[in-house]
Amino acid sequence: MTETPVLRVANITKTYHLGSTLIDKLSRDPNKHSSLRALDGVDLRLNKGEILALVGESGSGKSTLAKILVGSSTATSGELDYHGNPMPTHRSKDASRRIQMVFQDPYSSLNPRISVGSMLKELLLLHKIVPRGEVKKESIRLLNLVGLEEDALDAYPSQFSGGQRQRIAIARALAVRPDILIADEPVSALDVSVQATILELFAQLQRDLGLSILFVAHNLAVVQHLSQRVAVMYLGRIVEVADTAELFSNPRHPYTRALIDSIPRMAAGSVNDEFVLEGDPPSPFNVPSGCRFNPRCPYATDACREIDPALATVAPGHESACIRADELNELAAAGTKNN
Amino acid sequence: MATPLLSVSSLTIGIRRKGQPDTVIVDSLSFDIQKGERFGIVGESGSGKSLTLRAIADLLPKGVEVLSGSIRYDGAELIGMPAAQRRKLMGPEIAMIFQEPMTALNPVVRVGEQIAEGPRRYLGLSKQAAAELAIEMMAKTGIPDPARRARAYPHELSGGLRQRIMIAMALSCGPKLLLCDEPTTALDVTVQHQVLRVLEELCADSGASLAFVTHDLAVVNQTCTDLAVMYAGHIVESGRVAEVFSDPRHPYTKGLLDSAPDFDQPDRELVSIPGFPPNLAARPSGCPFAPRCQFAVEACTTAMPPTDEVAPGHFAACFESARIFEGAAA
Ligand SMILES: Nc1ncnc2c1ncn2[C@@H]1O[C@H](COP(=O)(O)OP(=O)(O)OP(=O)(O)O)[C@@H](O)[C@H]1O
Ligand SMILES: Nc1ncnc2c1ncn2[C@@H]1O[C@H](COP(=O)(O)OP(=O)(O)OP(=O)(O)O)[C@@H](O)[C@H]1O
Ligand SMILES: [Mg+2]
Ligand SMILES: [Mg+2]
Repeated sequence: MTETPVLRVANITKTYHLGSTLIDKLSRDPNKHSSLRALDGVDLRLNKGEILALVGESGSGKSTLAKILVGSSTATSGELDYHGNPMPTHRSKDASRRIQMVFQDPYSSLNPRISVGSMLKELLLLHKIVPRGEVKKESIRLLNLVGLEEDALDAYPSQFSGGQRQRIAIARALAVRPDILIADEPVSALDVSVQATILELFAQLQRDLGLSILFVAHNLAVVQHLSQRVAVMYLGRIVEVADTAELFSNPRHPYTRALIDSIPRMAAGSVNDEFVLEGDPPSPFNVPSGCRFNPRCPYATDACREIDPALATVAPGHESACIRADELNELAAAGTKNN
Repeated sequence: MATPLLSVSSLTIGIRRKGQPDTVIVDSLSFDIQKGERFGIVGESGSGKSLTLRAIADLLPKGVEVLSGSIRYDGAELIGMPAAQRRKLMGPEIAMIFQEPMTALNPVVRVGEQIAEGPRRYLGLSKQAAAELAIEMMAKTGIPDPARRARAYPHELSGGLRQRIMIAMALSCGPKLLLCDEPTTALDVTVQHQVLRVLEELCADSGASLAFVTHDLAVVNQTCTDLAVMYAGHIVESGRVAEVFSDPRHPYTKGLLDSAPDFDQPDRELVSIPGFPPNLAARPSGCPFAPRCQFAVEACTTAMPPTDEVAPGHFAACFESARIFEGAAA
């Protein structure tokens, strides 16, 4: 457990400034100039050879965190360690090769004017992955890995379907043989058969090459299938972390419970039609005081409106940022509602 | 049965090439969507789901065209309709939620203004009223602090916020037919739940219809009444959702069900379908799924199987369906 993580962030924050025109700045309307804290003190470690899923609220900062890890965005404050040492601000060519990212929006991350074949060729040569004579063979091997064939080499990004583009983005990230893969919703546009192939590919790279993967996803059935650990985000914070089976069978944060209750199900009859998460979703411009989930939490007490809880260990390897974490099971069973 | 709201028949979409045979991408597709129906479309990545929706909305990418067939909306033929007349249908009658929001949003216009554009143009609302409607629509899709978010540019929003901007835009004129291309893939499950509710309400309250493309079979299970399964430009199976999922009659549908993760069965192994989909430029004769089908017999490789009604309202295009699935329903 105390092995040095391959990536570790501590107390990371990220603030975006909005409304940057002069007129906006002079305006008295607070809607016109504001800053938004997308990450508000995030601690997380990615261990060697593990698949860690990052799930949670849309807009809670998952992609922001992913971009900071891969170096395409910088944190406003906080620490980022790589194999136990601070990550330099300017990453070496080799360090950037070792940490690869599959972006959430494949279309905007692929250059529309470069064919798939030229894109792969450039990368393979730049990082000297294979000799020039083997570039084509290696490119075809990469495409086959993600369920595409040789004819994709000559085509341009706009000529593919959404799921085909997503797979090209995966092939590109794997081409340079990274140690760490930061994958932001890498299978969301794939049919379930291709998805199963890609999930198996990730599991195999983890097993055979010790690849460490941070896997951002909304589909919790996929997360349950693939990952060893899960971190749950809500409004710029991580609110719960645990081993996958433990998290889904024994969630210790009310937001995690709400997520699990909203999962669409295949089994007829298990559709939870009555469930709606109460209250308005929180504004990142105006974070509630106390616990940031309290306005929507069925179990919130006065203490929850005052204390802003940090992540704390509730069981071995299981952390939650809820002051009532120990009572949740009983509260849920009793159907208690305090507000 | 009443006239369907949308009737697609023998729709063929592809690329015309000079002096060469056309590349066919979507091959004589036929389906109907009734008023108030929520019609799911699932299937292989690259099978033509997005292009089918785009053909209905007259938004095919450059170079790709409708080669033949018919699309009737509320009785009127859309293919060959003058562009100006057809454009009038978009917004108040037909609206589309695109698969990749970034490609459909204007990067230099504030998102609130982009949503307000439709209501101003089609509903004749004042600037003020349209701006208010935009904020109301954003709130409906669960966007926190909508008044402030309306002033954001697309790049300032997360993937899921952008997707909800698209949904708000599509809903803003109260369309009768909503074409949804993977509308909830970037949303967390609590917001997804809320958005699916909004879509359901639209259908229940105003009798609107949905064409709903997604890869998430559990979402189809929860949202749609009917469904079509596509493979390589063909509908290989269609029927009521509950029936197709519990009693699939095409080997491809069965393959999809076997490869889908199910939250309630965490230990089930996911079995993907071996092999690759057919190359569009060199389609095999016969059933397009035959090269990957463990049940294929010789007939499958020579002729395209007809679409049979295997049970009332349940269709499958497979020569061997009876042999493969006989007794499977019991
Ligand atoms: N370039 C930017 N400028 C301003 N705000 C931004 C920018 N990028 C992201 N944000 C804001 O930061 C917050 C976190 O965004 P992020 O993309 O990290 O969320 P996410 O968890 O990945 O959400 P999703 O699941 O919807 O993709 C959001 O409120 C978003 O609007
Ligand atoms: N602009 C284009 N030019 C040429 N071919 C295209 C173009 N757009 C799509 N295609 C091809 O048409 C086929 C169908 O594409 P479409 O986008 O409809 O697939 P899809 O079923 O929506 O797939 P996905 O589930 O991956 O989104 C694909 O094989 C794709 O390569
Ligand atoms: Mg994101
Ligand atoms: Mg598509």
